Amino acid sequence: MEAATMSALWIGVIGSSIALFVLRYLGYLVPEKFLTNPRMLRINTLIPIALLSALVGVQTLTEKGKWVIDQRLAGVAVALIALSLKAPYFVVVISAAVTSAVLYRL
Amino acid sequence: MSRVNRATATQSLSVSFAVGLYGIAFGAAGIAAGFSILQTCLLSLLTFSGASQFAVVGVMGAGGSALSGIATASLLGIRNTLYGLRMAPILRLRGWKKIAAAQITIDESTGVAIGQEDLGIDAMKHGFWLTGIGVYVLWNFFTLLGALGAQAMGNPSAWGLDAAVPAAFLGLVWPRLLGHFERTLAIASLGLAIALSPLIPAGLPIILTAGLAAIFGWRQRL
Repeated sequence: MEAATMSALWIGVIGSSIALFVLRYLGYLVPEKFLTNPRMLRINTLIPIALLSALVGVQTLTEKGKWVIDQRLAGVAVALIALSLKAPYFVVVISAAVTSAVLYRL
Repeated sequence: MSRVNRATATQSLSVSFAVGLYGIAFGAAGIAAGFSILQTCLLSLLTFSGASQFAVVGVMGAGGSALSGIATASLLGIRNTLYGLRMAPILRLRGWKKIAAAQITIDESTGVAIGQEDLGIDAMKHGFWLTGIGVYVLWNFFTLLGALGAQAMGNPSAWGLDAAVPAAFLGLVWPRLLGHFERTLAIASLGLAIALSPLIPAGLPIILTAGLAAIFGWRQRL
C-alpha cells in the first residue's frame, strides 16, 4: 500500500477523532425529533453498506488508482466462502490473510 | 445505582471480549497502511469506532487524502449520533459523565443496553457502562498488541495483511446484507467504487457511494 505523508496521517488521526466525538456528543444534545425522519433513518442504515462494500472492492482490486488482480482477490474470495459457511469473524479475517500470504510467497 | 444483575454483567463482558479481540486486526491494519504505532493507538483511544477507524486507515493507506479519510469515517460515524439520541433519555447525564458516555457510545454499548429493556432501566444503564468501558479497555489493549505484532512482521503482503483488511470490511458489511435490496446496493457500490478508482483521486470513489445509499434510501418502498 502507498503511504501518505506523516503529517497527512496526523491530520487523519486527529480530524477523525474530533469528527467522531462531535457526532457522538451531538446525540446527547439535540432533541430526538430532529433526527428521526424515517427517510433519513433509512438512508443512515444504508450508508455503511455502501461505504464498506466500496472499501472491500477498492482494497481488493485496486492499487494506486489502477485495477490489479493479485493474491488479495483469492484471500477475499476465501473470506466470502468462510462468511457463507457462517464462520466467526476472526476465522474470516485469518483465512483471507493465510490464503493471500501463501500465494504471495509462492 | 443498584446492584448489577448477573445476566447483564455476563452479556456485557462476553460482548466486550469478543469485540475487543478484533482490535488486533485494526492494530495490524493501521501499521500495514503506513500509520505509526502511536497514531494507530490514538485512533483506537480517540476515534474509537471500528468501522470508522478501518475506513481512515483503508482510505489513507490506499493514497487517499486526509479529508477523504475523515469524511468517510464521519459518514460511517453518523449512526453513533442516533445511538446517543437513544441513550440520552435513559442515562440522563450532566457534565463529564455525559462526555464519558458520548465517547463510549458505540454499536455494542447501545445494543447491550437496549437488550436489557425487560430487566428495567438500571440494567440498561449497567449494560451500557459495562459494555462501553469493557470494549474500550480491551479494544485499545488489543490494538496495541496488533500494531506491535505487525511492526515486528515487516512486509504486510508477506503476511497476508493486504487481504486481511478488505476481508475485515467484508465481515463488517456481511451481517447488514439482510435482503435483495441491501445486496443490490452493496454490489452497486462495490462496482461503482472500482470503476471510478482509475479516474478520480483515491478516497473519493468510496465517499461517492454514500450518494448511492442516499438514492437507494430515498426510493426504497417499505
